[in-house]
Amino acid sequence: MDTSQYLEIFLDEAKEHLQSLSDQLMILEDDPTSSDSINEIFRAAHSLKGMAGTMGYKHMQDLTHDMENVFTEVRNNTIVVTGDIVDVLFKCLDALEEYTENIQNTQDEGDKDNAHLIKALNDILEGKGGAAPAEAPKEEAKEEAPAAAPEAAGAPKWQEIKVGDSEQTTLDEAANQGKNIFGITVYVQESCILKAARAFLVFKALEELGEILISEPSSQDIEDEKFDFDFSLVFVTDSDAKAVKDAIMNVSEIESAVVDPFTAVGGASPAPKKEEVTAVSEAKAETKAAPQAKDEKKPAEKKNSKPVNRTVRVDIEKLDVLMNLVSELIIAKNSLVSATTKEGGSTSSGVNEQIEYLESVTTNLHESVMKVRMVPIESVTQKFPKMIRDISKSLNKKIQLTITGEETELDRTVVDEIGDPLMHMLRNSADHGLESGEERIKRGKPEVGSIELNAYQDGNNVVIEVKDDGNGIDVEAVKNKGIERGVITKEQAEVMSDKDAINMLFLPSFSTAKKVSELSGRGVGLDVVKSKIESLSGEVEVKSELGVGSSFIVRLPLTLAIIQALMVVVGGEKYAISLGSIQTIEDVAPSDIKFVQNKEVINLRGVVIPLIRLTKILDIPSTKAETDNLIVCIVKKGDKLAGLVVDELIGQQEIVIKSLGKYINKSKIISGATILGDGEVALIIDANALL
Amino acid sequence: MDSLLETTEIERIQFIVVQFGEEQYGINIKYIDNIVRMQHITRVPQVPHYIKGVINLRGEVIPVVSIRLKMGLEPDEITKNTRIIIIRLDNGELIGMLVDQVKEVVTLESSQIDQASYDSTAKGEMANFLSGVGKNGEDLISLLDLNLVFADKDKDK
Repeated sequence: MDTSQYLEIFLDEAKEHLQSLSDQLMILEDDPTSSDSINEIFRAAHSLKGMAGTMGYKHMQDLTHDMENVFTEVRNNTIVVTGDIVDVLFKCLDALEEYTENIQNTQDEGDKDNAHLIKALNDILEGKGGAAPAEAPKEEAKEEAPAAAPEAAGAPKWQEIKVGDSEQTTLDEAANQGKNIFGITVYVQESCILKAARAFLVFKALEELGEILISEPSSQDIEDEKFDFDFSLVFVTDSDAKAVKDAIMNVSEIESAVVDPFTAVGGASPAPKKEEVTAVSEAKAETKAAPQAKDEKKPAEKKNSKPVNRTVRVDIEKLDVLMNLVSELIIAKNSLVSATTKEGGSTSSGVNEQIEYLESVTTNLHESVMKVRMVPIESVTQKFPKMIRDISKSLNKKIQLTITGEETELDRTVVDEIGDPLMHMLRNSADHGLESGEERIKRGKPEVGSIELNAYQDGNNVVIEVKDDGNGIDVEAVKNKGIERGVITKEQAEVMSDKDAINMLFLPSFSTAKKVSELSGRGVGLDVVKSKIESLSGEVEVKSELGVGSSFIVRLPLTLAIIQALMVVVGGEKYAISLGSIQTIEDVAPSDIKFVQNKEVINLRGVVIPLIRLTKILDIPSTKAETDNLIVCIVKKGDKLAGLVVDELIGQQEIVIKSLGKYINKSKIISGATILGDGEVALIIDANALL
Repeated sequence: MDSLLETTEIERIQFIVVQFGEEQYGINIKYIDNIVRMQHITRVPQVPHYIKGVINLRGEVIPVVSIRLKMGLEPDEITKNTRIIIIRLDNGELIGMLVDQVKEVVTLESSQIDQASYDSTAKGEMANFLSGVGKNGEDLISLLDLNLVFADKDKDK
């Protein structure tokens, strides 16, 4: 076994701990006395230290060790948290994130030792009186405290281990060589999800100290997770019991460990051992009496009482494979449907029933797979408060970030990609949008600028809105910039609508910031945002009011793979329109068509809706006579409506979206293609692009 | 990519010989994913005229390009010999190209490939898309440089 297979677990967990560090530091900054946060930070630092140690990431271990030391003192009330300390801790957090990123990319933490941070941490400790190192061992004692509970419950399970003849010989040999033989029982926390991985880390830690002779259950069973919440070992080592125990407890999510000298063949002399055990637990009970030990115990209990969801971590690639298989299944189902309907009414009703059943199963299957792939955007937004805090410091602007709707779910692949564009937009709002504090006061606005990030679902789309109450976009400034950059001429600028002017912001190398700052203003930003979001089949819209603020609205499709679509015929060709964007279908007599500004419109229940003739847009003659009634699909985007005129309706169908490939992505009105039951390709009309 | 390595070695390269009218063109076999018979091509609106549309190849949607239209030759005449050659470009993208006929596979050594004097044999725009001329016995085969043929820059003309 090597550690590489556990790298992912390490990374996942490290990220969780870093996130919790970040969250708690934010709280601590507001309330420097919050003992919950202090405990949480301490625990996160401690876990990270243990994990980094096990995986052999020395720098990370050193840094977290010192962070832990600082928090030991904070918990002892010998250091008071100040803004400076929080700043240093945030820097440590950045450094830890960098390590983690390096590990993710190269499996190596890199060679930065961040000595200045370690020094800063030690300075904090010095400031208190320099007794830090002496305090460290005390910490170890505390860690052991919770172990008392399971130990007191009865004889440790290692006593049940049966020793075979050959093992006995090895034991005798080891004893003769003067080595220590321990019986060990390790209790894993009941909330632990990856028991096998924990056990493996324990094995690995122990193997560095000595040799595991027997394990109960067998190492194979442990690897397969065939054990409850404890396992027992017979361990031969040169180290002493404390070192062994420390090594085990360094693995996170280990509830406790019992390490006793292994005396005889299992079950031979239970009586004396019992005494020994009680002696140990008495000793533990003393430590437990210490006030800090209680502190430690309380949050631990809280953690355990959380309802534990039974979950499995799955590689996203495996989900992609599953999704592709579901796609193929749906295509196969569609061909089956079209094959049976083509053969005319001769198919027996039994077959039709089964096909209908198959349809409902594939639809459900697809929905389930989609649900599995959906994650809340929280995983992306949770890093924003910290980012805004950093920006706020470096720009010297006071900013209040409000995030709502972070529970909104999106396909995992979209969520993974959406982080950077959102970050750009937030930075943009903070840097360009919000005015400086003095400026705001002058204008009669509250000094603290507000940025809101709202996410919500709208039909088949998810909308994410980044809104600030800053100065809004100065259209004239944008136009001047455009002229200066040679993007537009003076004459063009004069007739240009505000909307078109604002859209120029999304052109490459276009930045209106008067001075280039560290954060933004190099012109790489909004164009990247736009292309990224378009690559996710989404779109960006800007609303702005000068002096009042601006908002950037991102609209993303809920899923990228399979949608319900309405199949239509236009000029003899089949097309699909996403059902999500269709409001209603109307039958319109040619006489009902009115003209407004030379454009065809219909008056539908009091609402004037422009008509779009798909035959014109798709460049194909209609198969219907002029006098026939029109079939109009009313589509909606945001608050805009339009009526798409089609020749015929085929019906609703579940379709698998396929890309047209890079070679023809120029076609704006076609968002993709799908394969029909008969194997032919039908194009998907992007109703959003037509509005 | 490894294309550099392969072509600089003084080794043999296999070409598939295809026909447009009377002319013979060679396509390096390493780019060829598949050769399929003519099938229904779904028209895509608002694209350059030489993009004939898209087809379904093993569940994937692949664009099909008329090399004739791209080269400024007469439009394709679909016969029973018409084939769609599926090309895999260096960037992994699959593209189908319509050819009048697939003739044979030839193996040329680098000594048989003349990289200088190709402009005399090719008509019009075709010359822009060639990487050389191969001599196979009596026959001359113009060798297509597919990455030039499907380069992005003249896509939206």
